[in-house]
Amino acid sequence: MGLDIRWPIGLMFSLVGLLMTVYGFVTRDDAEVYRRSLGININLIWGLLLLVFGALMLLLASRKRGGGGPPGRG
Amino acid sequence: MQVTLSWLDYLILLTYTGFVVGIGFALRKYMKSSSDFLTSGRSIPTWVTGLAFISANLGALELVGMAASGAKYGIITAHFYWVGAIPAMVFLAVFMMPFYYGSRARSVPEYLKMRFDERVRALNSVSFSVMTVFASGISMNALAKLLHLLLGWNYHASLWICSAVVLVYVLKGGLTSAIYTEVLQFFMIVLGFSPVVYLGLKDVGGYAALTNLLRGVAVNPSSLHLREPGISYNANAWTSAWQSLLAGPLHNPMGVDWFAMVFGLGFVLSFGYWCTNFLVVQRAMAARNMTAARNTPLVAAVPKMLFPALVILPGMIAVGLMTIPSKGYRIPAPILDSAVYARATAAVAASADLPPDQALKAVSDAVGKRMDAEKVAALVRAYAAKPLAPAAFNDRLWNAVAEYDYDGVILSLVKRYCPPGLLGLALTGLLASFMSGMAGNVTAFNTVWTYDLYQAYIAPKRSDEHYMRMGQAATLVGILASIGCAYFAALYNNAMDIIQLVFAFVNAPLFATFLLGMFWKRTTGTGAFLGLLFGTLASGVVHALTIAQGNVPGFKGGYLAVAHTFPSEMAQNFWLAVFAFVVCFSLTVGISLATRRSKSDEELSGLVYSLTPKIRDEGVAWYARPAVIGTALLGACVVLNLIFW
Repeated sequence: MGLDIRWPIGLMFSLVGLLMTVYGFVTRDDAEVYRRSLGININLIWGLLLLVFGALMLLLASRKRGGGGPPGRG
Repeated sequence: MQVTLSWLDYLILLTYTGFVVGIGFALRKYMKSSSDFLTSGRSIPTWVTGLAFISANLGALELVGMAASGAKYGIITAHFYWVGAIPAMVFLAVFMMPFYYGSRARSVPEYLKMRFDERVRALNSVSFSVMTVFASGISMNALAKLLHLLLGWNYHASLWICSAVVLVYVLKGGLTSAIYTEVLQFFMIVLGFSPVVYLGLKDVGGYAALTNLLRGVAVNPSSLHLREPGISYNANAWTSAWQSLLAGPLHNPMGVDWFAMVFGLGFVLSFGYWCTNFLVVQRAMAARNMTAARNTPLVAAVPKMLFPALVILPGMIAVGLMTIPSKGYRIPAPILDSAVYARATAAVAASADLPPDQALKAVSDAVGKRMDAEKVAALVRAYAAKPLAPAAFNDRLWNAVAEYDYDGVILSLVKRYCPPGLLGLALTGLLASFMSGMAGNVTAFNTVWTYDLYQAYIAPKRSDEHYMRMGQAATLVGILASIGCAYFAALYNNAMDIIQLVFAFVNAPLFATFLLGMFWKRTTGTGAFLGLLFGTLASGVVHALTIAQGNVPGFKGGYLAVAHTFPSEMAQNFWLAVFAFVVCFSLTVGISLATRRSKSDEELSGLVYSLTPKIRDEGVAWYARPAVIGTALLGACVVLNLIFW
């Protein structure tokens, strides 16, 4: 039906991933922010992961037009 | 007690809201007929319907209820997945989808009309509509309660705002919109919660360390006020799925015997839900061809099998954390209102000179909950020395409550581990799960209402445009009715038990009807109708005659008389289902044999197994055939059961 859902998914996670990565990078020396997450800069790590996921979705969407196909045979 | 959101968290939340609403608007131009709106015109690829299938099921029930059960019962909760879901999903895919999809019915009740007659359809569509609205309401109540606890948001405002978001995107893009946003929500939930689970597991020292901590809890659960004093289980009660179950109902935290678990949950309730519930079946029916439809539940089964790590583990982590005093964690106590705090302040002040046990009783009576003796004594001493400021007092009093609001487990972990940024993401995941559940219910409701009730009985033979408008109106009404049910559900504590109860009444007998209808051509409409009716009534009667240990006769059963006492509510629900199934099955068989068939073999072709040409998957590669994938999935499921034996 017209819209390939991978576009919005890819766009949204790229955007959210970017937000978290930038915030994580800016706050990387702020121990107080990451006291809750056991001292791990989870924003930077998880933000990057979301970026990769979002980019992958966008890549899949742009490679195949029309919304069918992989992942998981359509 | 509350956590404040930063601008970044709000930005993530708004981004998500913007995208789901945007999907609705982007799909608006494709909504030309009632079938576009209500059934997606059968055009969606498998991986999308598969993830939507699981996401529609991933409502409040999963995240909140399963984490609650994980804390209350431990890994035995995983039976809701490995016993209570995967086998039924495979059965639906391999054996039942051909009839649903092949008959070209637009809904499950419509299939029943084709197979039997109008009576069966009417009964099923009415009970299904009521059930979806209730399920949706329960989920929304849980959402609003959590948002109130976590963010201090107004209960009513969050209820109405979330409903409004769902209303907008479902109204604009219909079922397609719901399915597409469900896929987005699926990823949001998984990606939003995995880091929280990871941090929690790291905090308790890994899974092996958690197992050790829970062994201590199982032997003496009353040390954490998880059970009444004096109750003790085997050390592996929280950490083994089968050993504690096989040890008997008195030796596992759920209080269930293996037969009720395997037959009641694994067969009757599970098959009743996954194979006949239009909420999930509707997603598969929207697939673009027969193979895609059959593979939909199989695609869904993969994440479903792994979900315990995401939804049950947090509950176990929460209990593990409580055993380490230095972590300073507790599962939240039920919310107390300001009148209770006022009464308790007076009671604490007046208890200064009383002996400790009398002081405990006075304070417990004032609060209306069980209280921790040591913490109350300390509070009374501290207050006698120097009256505390109200905020500090309330905090200590709330901490001294020795009862838990298990539904708060998941949010308490989110609060504990999430810095700004991740907090927004996890919270969005939580919101996404509620919205996907609600949208799933609403889209199933509007289809059944429009096609199976309105078009069938109220206004047949109108223009398609008329039905499309009715579908939109039903969307609005469904959401409003759900909101009403949310207020009703606010009266209860653990949403999970109530949902199971509703399913037991409605779904348990239903699977007997489908099983006989699809696989025995002799089943007649009268047999199916009366069997279903009396099966549902039977579960109601059993509920009225039995009770779970520790409950008083009333809403939770036993209101006519108490003929039998089950060790737990869960056991009561499972046995209720078994009873309803057996009554429905035997009555349907008996009455069918006594009545004349109303449909000929030709009419039943495509609707009954023995009268339908077998599907040959020759055009499909062997590894993509539903039977092959299904077998592989069952094998994987057995392996998981063995690992956590």
